[in-house]
Amino acid sequence: MSNKTQTRSPYSVMDEPHSEIDAATAPVVAPLAIEVADSKDETPPSREVVFDLRDVSVYYGQALAVAGVSLEIHRNQITAMIGPSGCGKTTILRSLNRMNDSVSSFRLTGSCTYHGNDLYASGVDAVEVRRRIGMVFQRPNPFPKSIYDNIGWAPRILGMRDNLDERVEKALRGAALWDEVKDRLKTSALGLSGGQQQRLCIARSIAIEPDVLLLDEPCSALDPISTASIEDLMQDLKNDYTLVIVTHNMQQAARVAERTAFFSLDVSGGQRKGILVEYDDTATIFTRPADKRTEDYVTGRFG
Amino acid sequence: MLLGLAAGASILAVAIIGLIIYEIVNSASPAISKYGLGFFGHQTWNNYTVFGAATLIFGTVVTSAGALLIAAPLGIAIGLYLSLFSARRTAAIIGPLVEMLAAVPSVIIGLWGIIVLGPFLRSTIEPWLHDALGFIPLFGTPSATGSGVFTAIIVLGIMALPIIAAITRDLFLTVPSELKDGALALGATRWEMVRGVVLSSMRPGIASACILGVSRALGEAIAALQVIGSVFQISSNLFAPGNTLGATIAIQANADNSKLQVASLFYLALVLLAIELLVNLAAQAIVRHYRVPSASGPTIVAAGAPN
Repeated sequence: MSNKTQTRSPYSVMDEPHSEIDAATAPVVAPLAIEVADSKDETPPSREVVFDLRDVSVYYGQALAVAGVSLEIHRNQITAMIGPSGCGKTTILRSLNRMNDSVSSFRLTGSCTYHGNDLYASGVDAVEVRRRIGMVFQRPNPFPKSIYDNIGWAPRILGMRDNLDERVEKALRGAALWDEVKDRLKTSALGLSGGQQQRLCIARSIAIEPDVLLLDEPCSALDPISTASIEDLMQDLKNDYTLVIVTHNMQQAARVAERTAFFSLDVSGGQRKGILVEYDDTATIFTRPADKRTEDYVTGRFG
Repeated sequence: MLLGLAAGASILAVAIIGLIIYEIVNSASPAISKYGLGFFGHQTWNNYTVFGAATLIFGTVVTSAGALLIAAPLGIAIGLYLSLFSARRTAAIIGPLVEMLAAVPSVIIGLWGIIVLGPFLRSTIEPWLHDALGFIPLFGTPSATGSGVFTAIIVLGIMALPIIAAITRDLFLTVPSELKDGALALGATRWEMVRGVVLSSMRPGIASACILGVSRALGEAIAALQVIGSVFQISSNLFAPGNTLGATIAIQANADNSKLQVASLFYLALVLLAIELLVNLAAQAIVRHYRVPSASGPTIVAAGAPN
């Protein structure tokens, strides 16, 4: 099933067999009138942990941005991060593949491991981390190159030149874009629609066969039809990848994710900082949240 | 009222350009009718009798091309460093210093060329290059005085450098952070990101920056005059003295020249003007031809800002 186990040296990914989540179960209409992707399957306790965050705090300079986040992210699942603006969802997401390294004042405390390896240990090469943990951004950001070169650029620099044509086709098929662009691979990617550009960015990420895809509000700049196609695509992708999505759209989290983390702003002590309020199965978060703040948020009482 | 002033100023600028071109063509006409296009191929420039521009066109083109060859890679490297690699505080110190290099009057750079650079090149760099690469005609016998085409190339390169550095720096700062992040998120190193996204998407802008730099070298009269040696000759040896259009116009414009010499100097001016205009038109054409719609507009979201 997985075709991405061949080049894994620094992080030995355990390829234990694991059970498939059945996402096709009929959606349950929750009391809060939000459709939830699946609620019947309890997460098996043996499910492989991809990311394990223990008491992670992020600082920008002296300012504490996110405080004390602990959560596990499981393999071949979609994990959603929701919460109001400024609560640190994107900061945590970008910490998972060291994208915050370019911010000179960024500092992370606590432990953030990926398949048991500390992502912030001194010997870890951030470039190698990003090679395995891809990212799709809020606004589609295709390179000002042809469609073909957008996909082929990273495989070329990473030494995956063999059968590049097939690799490009496979990536575009994987992102459900092939049929729309196969006749104009040499034309500029900037001529695609917003939704197509975002799927191109997903294709670009999966072309280098990563382990994880991080999606930072991937649909916030897209219309509802493009959004639906990206959400369908995510369901296909989770068979091969572990997905983590930050979204402002609660319905989207409810539709796509097995697990949902609710972040909020804590203003106690005169300091605004993001905190993880509750992390559970999506169905639980949206129907029987344990925390009053989660309930207020998912029922639309604030945020 | 203000509108009228602004419009008037614009018309004045156009009128001045028109007047200058008319004046140059008019004054050059005796030489144009005597020499015609043969002026470009003729190598002799004899101060009272025979006038040909070949050595000067050659010297101008060689010195400017050499200056570009030196200034372009260095300038682009400085631009990359200041915009993408250096700490903000370092860039805030070095950036203005680089721009100040553009403000140093050319006569001062030329003076430094005569006193410091020329003797240094003659005693150190030129013999070394001659020993190592002497089998190439370009690196022939070192100059006797320190003045020569090679010295002029370096002086003009120093003058073009800050222009290319400052423009490419501003250019690279406009690359949206989304594009850079997109490349880094694919497992590219910073240098791969620079080559694949920054340089390749900014090619037309870089070309324009180089052309602006080289047009300063092309038009420079005083600094070139100070260090090139003022000999009317075409030599394959870079260390030999030569001459340029600008330098000749600057040194020979005297009131007691013969009519033909004055006309020939104006003919040189016309050639120089034509070269400069062509180079400028080329820059504009490049920018127009390659103008690509920006991928995601100007950068609004600062990378990594907490949500």
